[in-house]
Amino acid sequence: MSDLWGLSWPRTNYNKREYEMTLMKSLMGAAAAIALTAGAAMAEPALIFDLGGKFDKSFNEAAHNGASRWAEETGGSYREIEIQSEAQREQALRRFAEAGANPIITMGFGMADPLSAVAGDYPDTKFVAVDVNWLDIPNIRQIGFAEHEGSYLVGMMAAMASESGTVGFIGGMDIPLIRHFGCGYAQGAKAVNPEIEVVANMTGTTPAAWNDPVKGSELTKAQISQGADVIYAAAGGTGVGVLQTAADEGILSIGVDSNQNHLHPGKVLTSMLKRVDVAVYDAMKAGDGLETGVFQMGLAEEGVGYALDDNNAPLVSDDMKGAVDKARQDIIDGNISVVSYYENDSCPALQF
Amino acid sequence: MDFLTLIQVLDSTVRLAVPLLLACLAGLYSERAGIFDIGLEGKMLMAAFFSAAIAAVTGSVWLGLLAGIASSLILSGLHGLASITFRGNQLISGVAINFLAAGMTVLVAQSWFSQGGRTPSLFGNGRFEPITFPFADALSDVPVIGPIYSELLSGHSILVYVAFLMVPLTWWILFRTRFGLRLRAVGENPAAVDTAGVSVVGLRYAAVAICGVLCGIAGAYLATALQAGFVKDMTAGRGFIALAALIFAKWRPWQAMGACLLFGLLQAIALRFQNIDLGGVVIPVQVMDALPYILTVVILAGFVGKAVPPRAGGEPYVKER
Repeated sequence: MSDLWGLSWPRTNYNKREYEMTLMKSLMGAAAAIALTAGAAMAEPALIFDLGGKFDKSFNEAAHNGASRWAEETGGSYREIEIQSEAQREQALRRFAEAGANPIITMGFGMADPLSAVAGDYPDTKFVAVDVNWLDIPNIRQIGFAEHEGSYLVGMMAAMASESGTVGFIGGMDIPLIRHFGCGYAQGAKAVNPEIEVVANMTGTTPAAWNDPVKGSELTKAQISQGADVIYAAAGGTGVGVLQTAADEGILSIGVDSNQNHLHPGKVLTSMLKRVDVAVYDAMKAGDGLETGVFQMGLAEEGVGYALDDNNAPLVSDDMKGAVDKARQDIIDGNISVVSYYENDSCPALQF
Repeated sequence: MDFLTLIQVLDSTVRLAVPLLLACLAGLYSERAGIFDIGLEGKMLMAAFFSAAIAAVTGSVWLGLLAGIASSLILSGLHGLASITFRGNQLISGVAINFLAAGMTVLVAQSWFSQGGRTPSLFGNGRFEPITFPFADALSDVPVIGPIYSELLSGHSILVYVAFLMVPLTWWILFRTRFGLRLRAVGENPAAVDTAGVSVVGLRYAAVAICGVLCGIAGAYLATALQAGFVKDMTAGRGFIALAALIFAKWRPWQAMGACLLFGLLQAIALRFQNIDLGGVVIPVQVMDALPYILTVVILAGFVGKAVPPRAGGEPYVKER
């Protein structure tokens, strides 16, 4: 459907007013599914979701929540698109930039290459790249999250909650970012119990791995049969299947990115929070006065953390909370260092 | 690998093979009647959504199953209309169905439930519960036979048993009934069937309808038995693996079951063992994931016998005037 939309875009650069007209027309014609709030063309922010889709109950949904919060609080409007294929990344970037959106917020490491290609052509537009922190372009605000630190904390909790001495990790698509999650988790688990066994699986090697709950369920069952009784899912939509099966089989699971504790109250030990919503909210609030550069959001910046609410309060003992909060402070103070998978593309605590 | 692990892998094989088997048999009917169907994926997806949606709204999984079958039948009807009545290109019609299902399910789900293209989670009677065979618990301690009976055979949802019963039934229908003979004939030589005074169009519609019913069951199995709700694109290419299995089985029912179980086993092994270490040589998990496709290519290339599709497959029947 959005391919249709892509095709119907004009190929030449019209002036802005004409462009808006064409935009409206093609919207009315073909793309009712894409909620693009094209209103007054005063430097609105724009948000480009990654392939998982706006409502993945996880990474992209967090961005959506941050943007909606900004819209509610300020009464402003923003443009958004859920891309459906790799080819649309650069296309969407250029269209928003042409239309004068500012800043343009992009989600996911996959936007790094399109951004390098596009950002230089629009020096007056500011871009925000979430999960990208290695580009050398002046007009991009790059936000990296210290997922390994947050994962370390939930790994500690998993090890403390486990009775079998085996905990599991289920990743989505096998990419360095997901290994980064798994690596921090394994280090946290081993910090509590050096003897603990960490079973790690990846769902697949293609983007389909982000939306295959059936495979997530089977992986969960396979890990349970290997003794795992707490399983951490960092797998987008696939994680829905992991959490479901874990709840059905009576073991604990750990959610990711957004707070997923409410999905199965009393069955989800905690969620590793990655405050994408805060990053998006801040960027929109700053508007075109946005500060660019590379920003790291770790425990100290409250960019990552673990979720505690009514749904999981009975599962988290005071000992657990105390130990995790202490570790959190130690990491911030530099007394504990969590090794990042990126440092030399390998993990000291886990073999993938 | 100990015995219990083996049982668990085989158990997982059965669960993973069932959607493939149902879709594969669905394709078998359709293609034996001369209608190529690459829209299996789309039909399963549509059925998965409607079964989960209706089960969530009514709280009855059986109504959900019916809704899933009905939605899949509608897509089948569309495919039939395009490729039988209007003699359009069957492959293009199939592709269109896949696109239609991928877009429609998310769109309808979003406007209906506002949960981002998902259905609410199913619980209680909204899901197919596993059926435990009599004495399964009592027998589970008996060596060898116990685990096989209580773990492997017992404890699946009813749709699993339906799927496996469909195999002999399909064989019987296709090879032992008059309807089956005509259905196969219409895929080989529709002109002969027409000459004999039997309606080619009628037979082909019947085949496509059976295909719709089976895809509907497959989709409902994914969403209401294996999972507790619909997630966008949840079929994740299983319709295409089923097509590969169909070619692998050379369009025969028993072999189709073998192919689906083999492909299911490959997936189950890939899920259970991340990397397989064979005395120094490590087979990465990706190889296991790719094996179904590699095997199909090997078959198609003619290394292991020859895969000859039904002769009139893919061609709309035009009556001579």
